Amino acid sequence: MTTTTVIESPVNYLNVKHTVASWLLTKDHKRIGLMYMAVVTLGFLVGAVFAAGIRLELATPQGDLVSSDTYNRMFTMHGVAMVFFVLIPAVPAILGNFVLPLMLGAKDVAFPKINLLSWYVFVVGMILTFGAMLTGGVDTGWTFYPPYSTDQSDSNVFLTGLGVFVTGFSSILTGLNFMVTIHRMRAPGLTWFRLPLFVWAVYATSLVQILGTPVIAITVLMLALERVAGLGIFDPTLGGDPVLFQHLFWFYSHPAVYIMILPPMGAISEVIACFSRKQVFGYSFVAFSSLAIAVFGFLVWAHHLFVAGISPYSAMVFSILTYAVAVPSAVKTFNWTATMYKGAIWWKAPMIWVFGFLGLFLIGGLTGLFTASLGVDIHIHDTYFVVAHFHYIMVGGAIMGYFAGLHFWWPKMTGRMYSDAAAKVAAVLVFVGFNLTFFPQFILGYLGMPRRYHMYPPEFQVLNVMSTGGAMILGVGYLLPMIYFTWSFFYGEKAGANPWLATGLEWTTQSPPLPENFPDTPIVTEGAYDYAKRETRVA
Amino acid sequence: MFGVPLFPPQASTIAPQVDNLYFFIVAVTAFFALLVSALVMFFAIKYRDDSGLKVGADIHGSVPLEVGWSLIPFVIAMVIFAWSSVVYFQSVRPPDQTLEIYATGKRWMWRFQHTDGMREINTLHVPLGRPIKVTFTAEDVLHDLYIPAFRVKADAIPGRYSSIWFQPTKTGEYHLFCAEYCGTKHSGMIGTVYVMEQDAYQAWLAGGGVTGGTMQARGEQLFQQLACNTCHRNDNTGRGPSLAGLFGAPVKLANGQTVVADEGYIRESVLTPQMKLVEGYGPLMPTFQGLVNEDGMLSLIEYVKSLSGSGAATQASAAGAVAPAAGPR
Repeated sequence: MTTTTVIESPVNYLNVKHTVASWLLTKDHKRIGLMYMAVVTLGFLVGAVFAAGIRLELATPQGDLVSSDTYNRMFTMHGVAMVFFVLIPAVPAILGNFVLPLMLGAKDVAFPKINLLSWYVFVVGMILTFGAMLTGGVDTGWTFYPPYSTDQSDSNVFLTGLGVFVTGFSSILTGLNFMVTIHRMRAPGLTWFRLPLFVWAVYATSLVQILGTPVIAITVLMLALERVAGLGIFDPTLGGDPVLFQHLFWFYSHPAVYIMILPPMGAISEVIACFSRKQVFGYSFVAFSSLAIAVFGFLVWAHHLFVAGISPYSAMVFSILTYAVAVPSAVKTFNWTATMYKGAIWWKAPMIWVFGFLGLFLIGGLTGLFTASLGVDIHIHDTYFVVAHFHYIMVGGAIMGYFAGLHFWWPKMTGRMYSDAAAKVAAVLVFVGFNLTFFPQFILGYLGMPRRYHMYPPEFQVLNVMSTGGAMILGVGYLLPMIYFTWSFFYGEKAGANPWLATGLEWTTQSPPLPENFPDTPIVTEGAYDYAKRETRVA
Repeated sequence: MFGVPLFPPQASTIAPQVDNLYFFIVAVTAFFALLVSALVMFFAIKYRDDSGLKVGADIHGSVPLEVGWSLIPFVIAMVIFAWSSVVYFQSVRPPDQTLEIYATGKRWMWRFQHTDGMREINTLHVPLGRPIKVTFTAEDVLHDLYIPAFRVKADAIPGRYSSIWFQPTKTGEYHLFCAEYCGTKHSGMIGTVYVMEQDAYQAWLAGGGVTGGTMQARGEQLFQQLACNTCHRNDNTGRGPSLAGLFGAPVKLANGQTVVADEGYIRESVLTPQMKLVEGYGPLMPTFQGLVNEDGMLSLIEYVKSLSGSGAATQASAAGAVAPAAGPR
């Protein structure tokens, strides 16, 4: 047991002020984190409604529920909402905002006003994009490939693009803020190699956000110039090159995958250490693998172009680099597994979500070996195999990791516990529902079913029906946390400062934390996961 | 299983090679997935302690283990990479002698042209056992020609030529899909590939009612209609360079570069003649943008190919006569 006791103050960041203005004008990173949670959850609901529409339509081979144009808008807006307004901000902007300064022993991020600004920028981007959805939607696919997007589509491409463009600045500002915070705001004694691995993951993510996001901003801008002003950049009839767009788009959008997955990986490292009551195995290898993934992630974009007429030799270069980036991901997985060895595994809800993460991320990562393989990718490119693969990474990996982290830090954020049993049921439902939804899609993909198909040959129906059934279970699995978290927020049992007996500075202050986080600046004298030293063995 | 297909038909020479590689990766990934999940489950159960009060062993890591589980996946990945690249090169490099077919993707249909004149929409008839190369482009937006049974696919890109090649090994009817999203009826841009025995294929070619002569003949007709022949004379007396023997040969440009005259070069020279001026010729040629459509362009290319004795067109007479049958000769 930890020997220090926390003196509780009646004032915390939630009850210090109650007015709406005190939220909308707050500079407190914890409140901003919760405000992100509100808007990202809204984004998730919007994306989920479109996903439900897609799966219902695909229950039959005919296009009998909605028209082809509506279907095309549904999968486009599902992708746009989930990628730009859920996956990219979920862990860094919600969990990162909340726990990063606490983990560093800081009062706030380095630039609290810019932090609030990035939330507003995000919301403006969201209003623009969701406004585009309400006024007719967009049908280009979330990838906006020209010349369709610039020359042919009569949907709201410009407004959606503008929304994505604006949202990008929120991501850049958050990345910049976090990077400076990690460099400048660490508590005395908190050296780089004493940092929690979540901080390393957020640092690596910030690097990608700062260097990658401007490229998508420029690319979307060029797209807008071509669509609105007829400037020939990508459209071949205007002298442009459509493949150039794909290079520029994926130069950001592939690293963006690492913006989505690195922070959840960091959260997993925290949760796995806590509930194994143990050091993370190979701390520095896990830390540096985050940086390696961030750096190598910039060098693999053209594996999205293996069938887009690039030279076979450049395809080979991008294939080999893609295999190289698989290694640090494998290293992380092996280290997490080894962390559990000779641990004292505490089967609490966050750990059950980690088990789910490990199973799904494993499949997601390993199926990347198929898509990186030139010989096999020619066949599976643009099929449901790819759809299944990236959902295993982004939903199975990133969203499971987000939920693991959320269940872990929820008592810190709200000061209250939730039902452990309900949370375990939700984790199991999500795991089962997810596999039922997406595993059949690997088979569909190898059979040759292309993605973005409103209608499909009848022999693919059974697998599609399985997928639709799984999606319903998955939906229930995601609905449950919304219910028990809401209940917990108002009626949950008081959590106390450290319900998980975890290491880490965020657990040394009260829950919910003080507005200024710590009564006194903490001084750090040990590594991140010194469970062995801090707790006495029970004989 | 229960009437549900779990594996696509294997109907080309490349298909078994792709599938063998696929099954190898399935085996490798299944091994690692089972290994890691078994370890996670084993550790989770063996070391379970729900008191939350115990702590785990004070283990920090092991450099030999880290090196091992970095190197082993790396080596396995490189084996997959090498094997994949071999299969890939076979899949994208056609053999020297192929039966040539041309295609255009347009929202929302595939138009195919056979060199001896047959045209078809959303169906493609091909003979068994011959290597076939389909060269294609797109008229409006991106498309992608995908035949799962043959394990081949390539994007159709406006302004460029792509190609796939395959050698069918099984007669039958196979799906043909557009695999690059192209708007409203993307999922309706599908068709059927008919792989036929040689004689059935010949009968189909003969019986289909040839429209407008061979591609080469149509190309030659267009060549005269557009008055290309007034400058591009085969005896090198015109204001433009002779096109005889041009296709596939290196061309020395005015800017000192050398390019190989392939399909893309010919297309570019027709649409934007000033881009790559041939050494010794002035910038006289006007653009033919808007005067020739994609199908016409393909016919022109087929005609230019015939002038250098390459391509399927060599057998046909230069006067535009219909070739009796373009079977295996």
